[in-house]
Amino acid sequence: MSNFPILSAMLAVPMAASLVCLLADAQRARLIALGATLVDFALGLLLWQGYQIGGSQWQFVEKAPLFAGFQWALGIDGIALVLIELSVFLMPLCILASWDAIEKRVSEYMAAFLLMETLMIGVFTAQDLFLFYIMFEAGLIPMYLIIGIWGGVDRIYASYKFFLYTLLGSVLMLIAMLWMVNFAGTTDIPTLMHTDFPVAAQRWLWLAFFASFAVKMPMWPVHTWLPDAHVQAPTAGSVILAGVLLKMGGYGFIRFSLPMFPEASAQFAPLVFALSMVAVVYTSLVALVQHDMKKLIAYSSVAHMAIVTVGLFAFNRQGLEGAMVVMLSHGLVSGALFLCVGVIYDRLHTREIDRYGGLSINMPKYALLFMLFTMASVGLPGTSGFVGEFLSMLGIYQLSSWVALVSGTGIILGAAYMLYLYRRVAFGAQKHADAAAMPDLSTREIVILAPIAAAVLWMGVYPESFIAPFRADIAALDARLAQAKPRGDAALTPGTPNRAAPAGEAHAALGGAATIKQKVALASEVAAAGRAR
Amino acid sequence: MNPILFIVFLPLLAAAIAGLGNKALGNVAAKSVTTGALFVSCALSWPIFLSFVGGTAEASVTPVLHWVSSGALNFDWELRVDTMTAVMLVVITSVSALVHLYSWGYMAEDPDQPRFFAYLSLFTFAMLMLVTANNLVQMFFGWEGVGLASYLLIGFWFQRPSACAAAIKAFVVNRVGDLGFMLGIFGTYLVFGTVSIPEILHAAPSMAGSTIGFLGHRFDTMTILCILLFIGACGKSAQLGLHTWLPDAMEGPTPVSALIHAATMVTAGVFMVCRLSPMFVTSPVAMDVVTVVGAATCFFAATVGTTQWDIKRVIAYSTCSQLGYMFFAAGVGAFGASMFHLFTHAFFKALLFLGAGSVIHAMHHEQDMRYYGALRKEIPLTFWAMMAGTLAITGVGIAEIGGFAGFYSKDAIIEAAYARGTDVGHFASFIGIFAALLTSFYSWRLVFLTFFGKPRWAASEHIQHAVHGDHHDHPADEHSGEATEAAHGAHGHDDHAHGHGHAAEGTAGYHPHESPIAMLIPLGVLTLGAVFAGAVFHGPFVGVEQGLEFWKGALVFDEHLMHASHSVPVWIKWAPFTVMLTGLLVAWYAYLKNPKLPAAFVAQFGILHQFLFNKWYFDELYDFLFVRPAFWIGRQFWKIGDIGIIDRFGPNGAAWVVAKGTVGAKRLQSGYLTSYALIMLLGLVGAVSWVIAG
Repeated sequence: MSNFPILSAMLAVPMAASLVCLLADAQRARLIALGATLVDFALGLLLWQGYQIGGSQWQFVEKAPLFAGFQWALGIDGIALVLIELSVFLMPLCILASWDAIEKRVSEYMAAFLLMETLMIGVFTAQDLFLFYIMFEAGLIPMYLIIGIWGGVDRIYASYKFFLYTLLGSVLMLIAMLWMVNFAGTTDIPTLMHTDFPVAAQRWLWLAFFASFAVKMPMWPVHTWLPDAHVQAPTAGSVILAGVLLKMGGYGFIRFSLPMFPEASAQFAPLVFALSMVAVVYTSLVALVQHDMKKLIAYSSVAHMAIVTVGLFAFNRQGLEGAMVVMLSHGLVSGALFLCVGVIYDRLHTREIDRYGGLSINMPKYALLFMLFTMASVGLPGTSGFVGEFLSMLGIYQLSSWVALVSGTGIILGAAYMLYLYRRVAFGAQKHADAAAMPDLSTREIVILAPIAAAVLWMGVYPESFIAPFRADIAALDARLAQAKPRGDAALTPGTPNRAAPAGEAHAALGGAATIKQKVALASEVAAAGRAR
Repeated sequence: MNPILFIVFLPLLAAAIAGLGNKALGNVAAKSVTTGALFVSCALSWPIFLSFVGGTAEASVTPVLHWVSSGALNFDWELRVDTMTAVMLVVITSVSALVHLYSWGYMAEDPDQPRFFAYLSLFTFAMLMLVTANNLVQMFFGWEGVGLASYLLIGFWFQRPSACAAAIKAFVVNRVGDLGFMLGIFGTYLVFGTVSIPEILHAAPSMAGSTIGFLGHRFDTMTILCILLFIGACGKSAQLGLHTWLPDAMEGPTPVSALIHAATMVTAGVFMVCRLSPMFVTSPVAMDVVTVVGAATCFFAATVGTTQWDIKRVIAYSTCSQLGYMFFAAGVGAFGASMFHLFTHAFFKALLFLGAGSVIHAMHHEQDMRYYGALRKEIPLTFWAMMAGTLAITGVGIAEIGGFAGFYSKDAIIEAAYARGTDVGHFASFIGIFAALLTSFYSWRLVFLTFFGKPRWAASEHIQHAVHGDHHDHPADEHSGEATEAAHGAHGHDDHAHGHGHAAEGTAGYHPHESPIAMLIPLGVLTLGAVFAGAVFHGPFVGVEQGLEFWKGALVFDEHLMHASHSVPVWIKWAPFTVMLTGLLVAWYAYLKNPKLPAAFVAQFGILHQFLFNKWYFDELYDFLFVRPAFWIGRQFWKIGDIGIIDRFGPNGAAWVVAKGTVGAKRLQSGYLTSYALIMLLGLVGAVSWVIAG
């Protein structure tokens, strides 16, 4: 196991399958794509099993010099590991979801998806700055094709918007990378993560990276490409877009911005908070008035990603770990929600919310799973959505109660727009005969949705499985950030407990306060005894 | 195996079986599994409670599974059993088991029974997780879990638009409170470095007098924490301001109202405040806030309850009002009395709701009391059960001799509030006495309108439906919504047209029928509770020395306050009894002796009546302040913000520039891709040369 280049294999399998797909006919291409993604998923499980928690920070490292100082350098830490798992888990489900829905140019479609899998895994495994850049930017090409060729009516406008936004960011990021390599004399990401860049330069570098990651995330106000891209993309494209591509922004912050430019991160944290707070309130309210299911979920994604950025810049472990869990959870839940939309889109060919209604009657299984994912999106405890949001907001509360309060309104508004969506789709009377005649989930659709449902519950009840791999990496990042950590607004100042007496005089007059104190002592003794037992 | 594991997880298992099995499993199997599980849970719970009453049990914590650790934050799934939990265990499992049984009868004609029973059991599981929580996060899990179950059950008849609206309203309004709860948990972690309840309670006194920054201002630490947590309690327990969801929640089937919106879930806020009582007592300000909010709710809800016509809404406002009693009891430091009222209220309020369900069942789903009357002879068993519930809620009893359940708990609260001796305490006790007057009035009004006088059934559309042949049409009537909806709408609007008088008299040839045995058994059992629960258990709950022994520090038991409340002035002791009689007499005079009086009163005080009848216009106010603006602002952000500004000056603007500046812009699609690849390539060339040069 130790010498087998598993990461390269995970990159090679979909790459090779992608080329084979181009030559195959439609049905064979489907089978090849499914087979290849399943093999990659199996390799992913091996990777997870082989990953040593508490082992060295970078594992499965592969290094081979290429040319002119470039090198094929792969390796993962726990953060990369869980994101890779997310990607390889979603891929076979995406292939299955496209099984019947894609009818034209199936071979090319499958090839594009497989190529994208290679590039996604490449982003998370790259240890060389330029290798990362190539994977990061090239990953857009297959997605661009998927939207532009297999998308809806306005696909050209959407793919163009998608492209234009990301282009702007990537140019700036590339310039920053060149400067960094020149300064540090290495393209090795782990080394760069420990390089102390001058604070003045950090600001410019941080902003250049921010331009790229903020678009990817996406943060307000550079989010408007996302609703259009989602609406036009085919179902599986939306799943990968929401499930994995959006996570690249968060991964970028956690891999580059925070460890490489800690001082600048602290200085710009207020900017991030401001944009995130606007995003939560703004996009949640916009989601409330959408008529198009995919647009609604797309806007909700922006609101959820704002919780990620808030957590990332909380400068403490709960915030960072919470942000990671939100990313994983959102990858599963928004992916599942887009799949749920796809299920009924395939039947009725409309995303208009008002064309549905009363689906609980004719599609009870669908209604159950859709309810589960709705609740996970709302952040109900016991589902994955809660753990991440709770940790992120707990983290940010320690820095700023204002940010926690404003981003916390997302849990109210989120409930409003998701339940309002669910009510219009699954509840109510059966208004339309065609919607009422839709059959319930097929076996293939259950096979797609059930694993995600299981993962969502698992992550909600026992998130330790997912947090444990990256705990040490977050701890290291937290230590790295400690030098720049901003002060929280709580500033707890201890008082003398007896000073409470003046305020409590009224009670004391009746002999209340004193006795209550005694009772408290008694209560806590008993409680302590209870715990000891 | 520890019995608590079975008590908590059997309902979950049953819910999963019934819910996933659903139609394949069949009605009888699904109902048997869930009901059986609940009766087992109930049977296991009573010995635990009795061992605490007997003083032989000790508090314990049973670990289940690790949940989350992140940095210094660490919390597990674990089940805590102490006196507080034991009290809640018997309340929850007993009422739940009885409601499951009752639903065999009440829901017999519903086509969707497995789903209903699965939800009921799921609710019970979540509620049990809430009360067994040993850390704040698991309490929050239960808190949200019961919220989910409540949402699902309110919206059980999901084809009715009003049920869907009520379900969403319940969830979203609760979320407002939940945000407060969450911020309270965050603050508690910040201050104490833990979310474990015993550790927090242990450390709480040492934090008295400290200050903390919150939203840019400095506050007393314990005050701000307690108030944040209390906001959560207000949401779940429908206290003034966040109460608007509870009356609407009556859209759910009546057994649900009995279990969730009367006996158990809505008392979660009271439970939380009592559970965290060592925190609350460190902040006199927070205690006063709890008292004032509780008293205000107690008063507000009672006033509204006097004017409603829907039998379930009267009981719902009554619940809201009684929760106010529990809160102000907690606020004055009488946590034992608060829990005692929670305990007795669970029995008599569940009884009243199930009794109302039996009436509704008998009256072919008519819920408007104007179309009732003279049912005493037709459904005698239901009548006597409702009488017991009414005697209990109005607190019938004689000081020093004895009485029904509510007598003990309500008097204990009023006396304790007075004995506290503060201005706020006096205020609360006066409000409590006045609300007792209103409670007596609206409760007897309900009884007189329903069971006495002459039958007024003829005008009811439901009854007409029943009489005119579609007798077999029960479920359709409840479900297909349209007819029911229209009828309800009509009731809502023609209040004024009817001039608040009484509907046409007559039976229209309809014969109400007594409910089946499955519904009568729960009524009987709960009647026992409503009659005896106070007399049997007041010693342990509020007795001066017994109480200390019983609670064992599970809550702050102030035996001096309890002692002082025995020596309050005589008029305080007799006031509740006096106002109860007054309310009874007024109701008797206005609804039996001189039935024209209410209409005359309404004619005289039209504005006041409108104000009360429309629930102080809270719904209209919130709609105006929050709901409409949210949609309006959302549309503006979308149309003006996203499309009008960001897109116009962002990508579209750039496109315009590009289109003007580029000649070869015709081949848009492929053009972009090549230019994109070109830029990447150029970038790489640049990088290579830089690296080589460097």
